[in-house]
Amino acid sequence: MLTLDGVTLAQGDFRLTADLRIPPGLTAVIGPSGGGKSTLLAAVAGFLTPRAGRIRWDGDDITVRQPGDRPVTMLFQDNNLFPHLTIAQNVGLALAPRLRLTVAQQEQVAVALAAVGLEGMGDRKPRALSGGQQGRAALARALLADRPVVLLDEAFAALGPSLRHEMLTLVRDRLVGQGRTVIVVTHDPQDARDFADQVVLVADGVAHPPRDTAVIFEDPPQALRDYLGG
Amino acid sequence: MRGLPAWLATTLVLLLTLGTLAAVALRAEVGHGLSAGDWAAIRFTLGQAAVSALVSVALAVPVARALARRRFRGRGVLVMLLGAPFILPVIVAVLGLLAVFGRGGLLNAGLEAAGLAPVSIYGAGGVVLAHVFFNLPLAVRLILQGWVQIPAERFQLAAQLNASVWRLLEAPMLARALPGATLVIFLICLTSFAVALTLGGGPRATTVELAIWQAVRFDFDLGRAALLSCIQFALCATAAAVAWRVTPVDGFGGGLDRVVARWDQSLWDWLWLAAVTVFLALPLAMVIWRGVPGLGDLGPGIWAAAGRSVAVAAGSTALSLLLGLALALRGGFVTSIVGVLPLAASALVMGTGLFLLLFPFANPATLALPVTLCVNAVMALPFVLRVLAPAVKDIRANYGRLAETLGLRSVDLLRIVIMPRLRRPLGFAAGLTAALSIGDLGVIALFATDAQETLPLAMYRLMGAYRMDAAAGAALLLLALALGAFWVCDRGGRMHVDA
Repeated sequence: MLTLDGVTLAQGDFRLTADLRIPPGLTAVIGPSGGGKSTLLAAVAGFLTPRAGRIRWDGDDITVRQPGDRPVTMLFQDNNLFPHLTIAQNVGLALAPRLRLTVAQQEQVAVALAAVGLEGMGDRKPRALSGGQQGRAALARALLADRPVVLLDEAFAALGPSLRHEMLTLVRDRLVGQGRTVIVVTHDPQDARDFADQVVLVADGVAHPPRDTAVIFEDPPQALRDYLGG
Repeated sequence: MRGLPAWLATTLVLLLTLGTLAAVALRAEVGHGLSAGDWAAIRFTLGQAAVSALVSVALAVPVARALARRRFRGRGVLVMLLGAPFILPVIVAVLGLLAVFGRGGLLNAGLEAAGLAPVSIYGAGGVVLAHVFFNLPLAVRLILQGWVQIPAERFQLAAQLNASVWRLLEAPMLARALPGATLVIFLICLTSFAVALTLGGGPRATTVELAIWQAVRFDFDLGRAALLSCIQFALCATAAAVAWRVTPVDGFGGGLDRVVARWDQSLWDWLWLAAVTVFLALPLAMVIWRGVPGLGDLGPGIWAAAGRSVAVAAGSTALSLLLGLALALRGGFVTSIVGVLPLAASALVMGTGLFLLLFPFANPATLALPVTLCVNAVMALPFVLRVLAPAVKDIRANYGRLAETLGLRSVDLLRIVIMPRLRRPLGFAAGLTAALSIGDLGVIALFATDAQETLPLAMYRLMGAYRMDAAAGAALLLLALALGAFWVCDRGGRMHVDA
C-alpha cells in the first residue's frame, strides 16, 4: 500500500496537498491541466521533496529516499529510451544498471520483450521502432524492474486513441496482473473509465483520495463535474 | 569525491591563469616604470584592436545582410568558409596575405603594371589587415545570427505596412548585436601576438604581447616582462569583463542556413558577397598554389617539427577535453567563471609566469613542449566549455530523471548515458582544440630552441630567413594538418551516432 500522509508539495507559488492511500491495481489520476497531476507523481518518484508530511510504502518511510532507491519505476511522456542504446540494453537497465548482463538476465530481457510483442527486436535502436513499439519497450523495462510501484506520466499521450488503448491493455494485463500498484496520469477521462480500478482527482490544490471508478463517474463530485464539463 | 575532477580542473586553470600572473607580478619592478616604448606598445595595442574591431564590424554588416536575404548556390559553403578562420593557423593566413598584399604579391604586381607606387603590408596597416581577415568572418557570423533571429512574420508585416525594414527591424537588431560583436573582436585583437610578430614590430607596430616576448627572448629583462604582463592582463580582464556583460550572442550557433523571404533586396548584395569571398579565399588559394611546389623542399627538420606539433596538439586536446568535461559536469556559476578566465589571460603572460616559476628548477627549453601543451589546453578551454556545457545541460534535462529512476549514478551514468550522448559535441570541441593547438604560435616562441620547435615556429623561422618556397611548403603542410585534425575529430564524433 502506498501512503501519502499529510503531504504538502510546493513548486514556486503552487501548492498541492495529498492525504491518501493507494491500493494495488490501476489508479488513474485525472484533473485539469496545471492542476498538479505530474507534481504528485514527481513526489512519489522522488524528484520533489515534500514540504511537509511523509510518503510510505508498506510502512517504510521513503520520503527522502533517492529516486533510484525507491520501490518505484516510471514512464515519462517522452525520452523513455536512450537513443544510443539498443532495445535490449534499454530494457536490460532494469536488471543491471552497469549493463553487464549475465546470460540468464539476457534471457529474461528476451522474455520481457516477447511479452510486449517485441520478440527479436532487441538488437534494434529505438529510432528503428515506431512510437507504439517504443512505448512497448519502455513497458518491458518496467515489467522487468523489481519495483512494485509503476508510474505512467501521460506516457502514451503522443499515441493515437487505438494505440493508447492497446498500451493500457498491456499495462493492465502484464503489470496490474502481477499485483503491482500502477498509477497512470491521463488527460482522457475515457481512459480512466475503461481501465482504472479507482480514480484520484487532482484539482484546486488537492489530490483527493481514490474512489472506485464506477462510483466516481456515477456521481461525480463538483470538481470533477467542472473538469468534465457539460 | 563527486566534485574532485572539477576541483582539480579549477585548480589547474587558476594556477595557469592567476597563478602565473602572481608569479609574474612578484617580479614586476614597478619603480622601474614604463619606458616610452612600453607606452607606445600599449597605445598601439589598444589602437589597432579598436580599428580592427570597427573595420571588421562595419564591413560585416552589409555582408551579413546580403547573406540574410539572398538564397543562392554555394551559400552554405560560404557560411562554412566564414567559420574556417577560427581554426586557421595565424601564420598560414599571414603567408597567404603576404602572397596577395605583400611585396611580391598580386596587388603590388597589379599596381606596378598600372605604373603606380607599391604598398607595404608591414606595419600597422598590415596588422589591421590580418585582424580583419580573421575577424570579419566572425563578425559576419555573429551579426547574421541577429538577422536570422528576427521572425519571418515581422518581415511580412513590414512589407504589408510598406514600412522601412531598416528602421523597424534591422537598426534595432544591430543596436543590440553590434556592441557585443565589436567588443569580442576588440578582445581577440588585444591578445594578438603572431600577427604582430610577423607583420608588425618596430617602435610603431609593437603590441604588448610582442613586447613581452622581446623582453624575455632578447633582453632577458624579466622585471620588464612581468610589468608588461600585468598590464596585458589588466587590459584583457577589463575588456573581457565588459564583453561578458554585453554579449548575448555566440558565433558557433547553428541555424545560420535560414533565409527569410524579403521584399527589399539590392544588387549591392552580390558585390559584397563577391568581395568577401575573394578576400577570404584568395589568400588561402595562394597558400595552396605556392605551397605545392614547396612541399618537395621540406627537410627532415620540418617533418620532425610537424610531428612535435601533432603530439602537442593531441596532448592539449586530451587535457582540454578532460578539463572541459570536469567543469561542464559540475556546472554552476564558479565553473563558468573559471571557464572564461582564460579569455582574459594571454598565452604570453602564462608562458612568462611559467618561465619564472620553472626557471630555478629546470632548463625552460626542455619543458617547452609540456608547457605549450598545458597553455594551449587552457587557452582552448573557454571554447570547449561553450560547446560541452549546453550539451551536458540538454542531456540532464532530457534523460536526467530517467537515469535517476533507473539508479544510474556517477561512473555508470557517465559511461552509459553521458559520454555516448556527448560524442558529437566532444568531437567538435576536440577538433577546435586540436586545430588551435597545431596552429599555435605563441608560448612556444618564448622557450623553444631548434630541438623543440613546432611547425608554426619552424615556418616562422623559414620566413625570417627569406626561404619563402620552403615556408610556403610548410604553410601548406600546416594548413592540411590543422584542417585535417579538425575534420578527423569532428567526423569521429559524428560517425555512427544515433540522434
